[in-house]
Amino acid sequence: MADPMRIRAQASGDKATVRVLMSHEMESGQRKDASGKTVPAWFIQEVTAKLNGKDVFSAEWGPAVSKNPFLQFNVKGAKAGDKIAVTWKDNKGDTRTDEATVS
Amino acid sequence: MQNRRETLKQTAVVAGLLATAGFPQFAHAAFNKAAFDAKSVQDSAKAAGATSMAESKDVTITGPDIAENGAVVPLGASTALAGVKHLLIMVEKNPSALVAMFHVTDAVEANFSTRAKMGQSSDVYAVAIMNDGKALWAKKEVKVTLGGCGG
Repeated sequence: MADPMRIRAQASGDKATVRVLMSHEMESGQRKDASGKTVPAWFIQEVTAKLNGKDVFSAEWGPAVSKNPFLQFNVKGAKAGDKIAVTWKDNKGDTRTDEATVS
Repeated sequence: MQNRRETLKQTAVVAGLLATAGFPQFAHAAFNKAAFDAKSVQDSAKAAGATSMAESKDVTITGPDIAENGAVVPLGASTALAGVKHLLIMVEKNPSALVAMFHVTDAVEANFSTRAKMGQSSDVYAVAIMNDGKALWAKKEVKVTLGGCGG
């Protein structure tokens, strides 16, 4: 299982800025190892986020997103105390969800 | 020979398959492989549902002028336009142009940032695909002093 994500959600006015730092290798599938074999691609394909259990955000990523990806987005109508849950799923089917409280 | 009943049955099966496979729709976004496999900016945008492309001042791409490390280039895309369906970040000279596709809904602002890998100096694009299939884009040149792919 992958390491937990670091999520920070900060309310300002009628929206909240959510910053997520995920822990993932994000292997591009372009690199070769010492013996010259291509390292197979291994990357996060889907990212979704829920605000208080309701879907608010989704994205699809390719292998060109950096290792240990950073993501920032703004959720409308989120206020302090709300729960934001972020989920990712990679191309090997591995998935992880972490939750944070909007401050 | 195919009679009506069989045709109906097949249609139902196909519909069922499509429903489980899921079209790229909210919350159950099936991975749009065609768009991520496409090499060029145009092909990739087309695979993501764009029918026509035009440059626009209303779409913004943010990024550094010079990136010291191509493995971690902070890129952002945003637009103030209404009726945006997807917001795409692309790097023209990467093996596959598309980096990330964000689905815009009522609940989030069309303003996303992430970090991308860049193999070499290239133009980076923010492409907003509108609900009617129009694609509006903006580009910016980012110089990379150390590549992020390979090596």
